[in-house]
Amino acid sequence: MSEEKNILEVSHLKQYFPVQQGFHKIPLKAVDNISFTIKPGETLGLVGESGCGKTTVGRTLLRLYQPTAGRIVFDGEVLYDSEEKIDVDMLPYRKRMQMVFQDPYSSLNPRMTVEDIIGEPLDVHRLYSNREERRDKILELMEYVGLNAEHATRYAHEFSGGQRQRIGIARALAVNPQFIVCDEPVSALDVSIQAQVVNMFADLQKKFGMAYLFIAHDLLIVQHISDRIAVMYLGKIMEIAPSDELMDRPIHPYTLSLLSAVPIPDPKTARESKRIVLEGDVPSPLNMPSGCPFRTRCAYATEQCGQEMPPLNDRGDGHFVACWNR
Amino acid sequence: MQNENGSPKKGLLSAQVDLSKYDNSYFRAATDEEKKQQDVMSESTTFFKDGMRRLRKNPLAMGSLVVLILILVIIIVAPMIVPYGYDQIITVDGVRDKSANNLGMMEYSPKEQQYMDETGEKLFPHLFGTDSLCRDYFIRVIYGTRVSLAVGLVASIMVLIIGLLYGAIAGYCGGKLDLVMMRIVDVIYSLPDMLMIILLSVVLNERLGKLIEGTILARLGTNMISIFVVFALLYWVGMARLVRGQVLTIKNSEYVLAARCIGTKGSKILSRHIIPNCLSVIIITTALQIPSAIFTESYLSFLGLGVAAPLTSLGSLANTARMGMQSYPSKLVIPAVMICLIVLAFNLLGDGLRDAFDSKLK
Repeated sequence: MSEEKNILEVSHLKQYFPVQQGFHKIPLKAVDNISFTIKPGETLGLVGESGCGKTTVGRTLLRLYQPTAGRIVFDGEVLYDSEEKIDVDMLPYRKRMQMVFQDPYSSLNPRMTVEDIIGEPLDVHRLYSNREERRDKILELMEYVGLNAEHATRYAHEFSGGQRQRIGIARALAVNPQFIVCDEPVSALDVSIQAQVVNMFADLQKKFGMAYLFIAHDLLIVQHISDRIAVMYLGKIMEIAPSDELMDRPIHPYTLSLLSAVPIPDPKTARESKRIVLEGDVPSPLNMPSGCPFRTRCAYATEQCGQEMPPLNDRGDGHFVACWNR
Repeated sequence: MQNENGSPKKGLLSAQVDLSKYDNSYFRAATDEEKKQQDVMSESTTFFKDGMRRLRKNPLAMGSLVVLILILVIIIVAPMIVPYGYDQIITVDGVRDKSANNLGMMEYSPKEQQYMDETGEKLFPHLFGTDSLCRDYFIRVIYGTRVSLAVGLVASIMVLIIGLLYGAIAGYCGGKLDLVMMRIVDVIYSLPDMLMIILLSVVLNERLGKLIEGTILARLGTNMISIFVVFALLYWVGMARLVRGQVLTIKNSEYVLAARCIGTKGSKILSRHIIPNCLSVIIITTALQIPSAIFTESYLSFLGLGVAAPLTSLGSLANTARMGMQSYPSKLVIPAVMICLIVLAFNLLGDGLRDAFDSKLK
């Protein structure tokens, strides 16, 4: 698996946020000890329910948050290592890894024209020699994402959600990155636009060959675009597998219940399929259960689950599962 | 359930068009022009244009703006037309006219009347009469308005600059720096401003008196300068708190996160993303700060802490007129009305600006 060089290697990444509770500060474990790798040109889908730490993973990778512990290696260069105390200046790497944000309404500055929004990364990294070259580059980027040249002088509030998201994608593409974190880029769009934007992501990947970390909570969209899928629950990765393998042969009980919740378009099949409904609520990340965080809602839970978090075990074909009992 | 051509059979009552009857010859691709018609976009407006359009629709704000512009034109033009000076005792034919004290509106003194009768020359009328020292009252009110407006504007701009820088830095940097900076603000907030002005004007009188002798500043007087100093020292705290609050909200927005992700420097984020987005609140507060500065200057002048004689301000005019309130009420009413007019106009304009530019009230 590791013969090919990875564009991104994350190991034992932890991101805790201190939360004031009375006089004590207790850590909120948003991301707790996760490891994964992404190959060049590959798409890793990251799914999980709201509040499980998907977005935090993306932001920590881009060092918008200071990680609590762990190791991040990008293209063979160590960006952060808590044990060796490596913490590099991110500025040169901002040219190589970028992010597309979830909400196309709040991620664009209302006081800037499209030209300035897309031009900002060009300005920061000085990627042009004169104004004309800057303008040409911006128009080229706008063409990639399907915007007209006449839109350049307009303000973000004059566009629809789908068009705004295209502007956000053009901004991320401006520096020609090798890796893009897509933080739920389609969940704020309506369904007809979602398909367009997701397909655009796929086309752009074919064209430029960058790797994606595609965060979403819609399993079907993730399956459509991803090569591999990681399932998260309460800050931990429960299962990673190639996407078809995960959809056809899910192992972890949490993945099973997630998949059973995917709506089926054909009513006949839908009536026959069985829905696994989990009992209880997600535990508070401030007060996590010991051992495996899913054990409080798991049908297979045993005593061992309460004592120790199961490691991600290889079940063959690149299928990794963190469960003692399945 | 299927027709002979393989498409599903229609229900009896279905209104769906049976497309199988039509082949490709019935359809034709839309031209680029036709596609463009679907592309409906309003005319591009900037935030500023949009706000100005809304402001223009507000009759109260526009009325106030007209009043302010009128006052501004009058105080600029009037001293060029009126042949009297604000510190000049009225003279007739080169001789001091001692009978010209406390004239009523549009009145001439006996000597002036006599001069006009003899030579047939028409003298400029005393629009608001004269004061007890035989000076033309109209021109004194004009100069008083000049001083009051200048104080209001200069003080507001000082408050704006200091408050904006301080608040933006505290809000953006956050953490311990923010904590320390805001505690300093709290300390300044708790100082009694009146006491500070009186103390400062006493101290500055001694120190500054010699320093500014012979300059333009001397004409303003040390009291005036101490008012400016006090404004610069004390009144920016409100602005700083407000700006900090704004910066804190905008700092956590996704577009600032996106800018950080791009690698934009902190100072650039502040100047390109954060400050433009809290500008509306800042403009509104500055507009509302002007009348409060004018008011402060007026009551300080009224208490005798304002500009040095013979220069005057609206507040000190009112203070002087207070003595003869029963005999010459118009001398008190005129500067008082002027203060009211300016303060009211600025307040209404500030309200109008808030309605037009504050996105939360839309």
